[in-house]
Amino acid sequence: MERNNDVWVFIEQHNGKASDVSFELLSKGRKLAEILNGKLKSVVIGDKVENLAIETFRFGVEESYLIEDEFLSQYRTMPYSRILTSLVDEHQPGIFLFGASIVGRDLAPRVASHSKSGLTADCTDLQISDVKYLRKDYKNLLLQIRPAFGGNIIATIISPDVATQMATVREGVMRMDPLETPVAGKITRVPFLSNDTDSIIEIIEQHRKENKVNLKGAPIIVAGGYGLVTKENFRLIHELAATIGGEVAGSRAAVDAGFVTSDRQVGQTGVTVRPKLYIAVGISGAIQHRAGMQESNKIIAINSDPDAPIFSVAHYGIVGDASQILPLFINVFKQKLR
Amino acid sequence: MAINSIVMVKQVPDTANISGQVMKDDGTVNRALLPAIFNHEDRVALELALQVQDTHGGRVTVVTMGPPRASDVLRECLYMGADEAILISDRKFAGADTLATSYVLSEAINKIGDYDIIFAGRQAIDGDTAQVGPQTAEKLNLPQITYTEEIIKVENGKLTAKRKIEGGYEILSSKLPVLVTVLKDAVSPRPYKARRIMTYKNAKTLLELEKMTEGNSLLYIDQLKEEYIAKKLYIKTLTMDDLKLDVERCGVAGSPTKVHKVESVVLGGGKHDMFEPSKAGIGDLIDKLMVDHIFG
Repeated sequence: MERNNDVWVFIEQHNGKASDVSFELLSKGRKLAEILNGKLKSVVIGDKVENLAIETFRFGVEESYLIEDEFLSQYRTMPYSRILTSLVDEHQPGIFLFGASIVGRDLAPRVASHSKSGLTADCTDLQISDVKYLRKDYKNLLLQIRPAFGGNIIATIISPDVATQMATVREGVMRMDPLETPVAGKITRVPFLSNDTDSIIEIIEQHRKENKVNLKGAPIIVAGGYGLVTKENFRLIHELAATIGGEVAGSRAAVDAGFVTSDRQVGQTGVTVRPKLYIAVGISGAIQHRAGMQESNKIIAINSDPDAPIFSVAHYGIVGDASQILPLFINVFKQKLR
Repeated sequence: MAINSIVMVKQVPDTANISGQVMKDDGTVNRALLPAIFNHEDRVALELALQVQDTHGGRVTVVTMGPPRASDVLRECLYMGADEAILISDRKFAGADTLATSYVLSEAINKIGDYDIIFAGRQAIDGDTAQVGPQTAEKLNLPQITYTEEIIKVENGKLTAKRKIEGGYEILSSKLPVLVTVLKDAVSPRPYKARRIMTYKNAKTLLELEKMTEGNSLLYIDQLKEEYIAKKLYIKTLTMDDLKLDVERCGVAGSPTKVHKVESVVLGGGKHDMFEPSKAGIGDLIDKLMVDHIFG
């Protein structure tokens, strides 16, 4: 099948501000488009968001589809999916990428369902490659790579026979990489045609607070896992973080156990971080967790199990009981760096 | 006004408890060795449907697409309080991705008909994709409320719900019918009722009844099925033919995504320096971090 070589990215915005993940996807999308010899394009939906379309030129977007209307100021499933569906029907981009945010995970499946596109959720890597599948040769397929089955395997998913290959990617997984000089992209305005289905769902109220936890920007992160066993022990994570000037984070197991709030979860289904120093305490290091922290500059693993997979990505390791090691660490640190 | 709900549930491998034998040498997963469990968020979805029923009356029907052994989950739904359970099962459904799954489910739901709300868990733990809900809604031309944290009320033909959004929540009101996917903490599912367990542990799918007739020449499947229907112990079983489905849209054939490659996660013996869990050892580590210009 002849597939269009363009790479599209849906630009997610809240109150007129674009999500980081959209720019991260543009950065990755540009590289994919270069390999394919196609164009990078963005789709911006909202109210008075032309500036966002222009912002995407900084990431190499050659054409931005802009759909503006007062009714579209907040994300709404029905009109947003209708707009994207008709754009996909018309242009059939070879690749269409979304953030694996709540919005992206609400929207992308609806669009994919309509266009019968393949859609892979929560990819940790995207590549372009020729593929031989069931004795047929396919050129330039999108490899959609993600951990699967509780992280015990890494699966490479392809959608060989569809016009549009779709994928979602979590925030922080791809690196944001703006160009030094923006390209001279063009804006293509697409009129918004309202429809009866748009008003089936009414937004009664909305509460959003700026995320106070900024794990992505923290130079030092101290993360605790289920190995800490109790919430009392988890306090030592807070103490250590306070002592050395770090942010507190946790594994999914620690979040599930109620040790730490979900906005501090590091990993495939949480935040992806690349701090200067990442201290993993009582975290065994399932692939989903490692996917969220393995690119940290320096990693210290503290675990009672010397065979814990976390040590495979660590630079420094201590085997032992965290409830004894952490107080020692705090004391020694205070002595040395008072 | 009575409110009829359909709940989409899934039996999932317990991916949180994977042991060594489950991983085959080629890096694929031997699903047969994994314990199969009721996907938790789907159980929460059923609880919400039962709560709507407690307030407004109406019927709660659960459906699952899966292999014959998925009937275990349906019996659990009956223990909890579902009025009817339906198994959608056919060899030709095997290997379905979310697109093919949502096609089969949406056609089954069309056949069941007469619903006001479709409930489902946000996602299943074996894939964590959260795609089947929205894709089923799209195929049924229904609005959707995903990431639901609370059903606030159902009245005057509308459902009002609180859903999670980035950095907060929103309250949406949707005209019925609507498809709702729910988060695991929305509500805690009720325990099974002893009386219902005693009754419905004997509930059987067509496939299970067929098994009973095998090697027993005195049992006739049609007769047995009638008997179970009369006792209200029949778990309706729908196949591809029953639903008159397009075979090209089911199972592997209907799945645009293909697994090209699986690799078991091989841990590189990453080189790392070990430090003793002692005052001296930790002192050395901190010195090292000072040399690295991370501390100090």
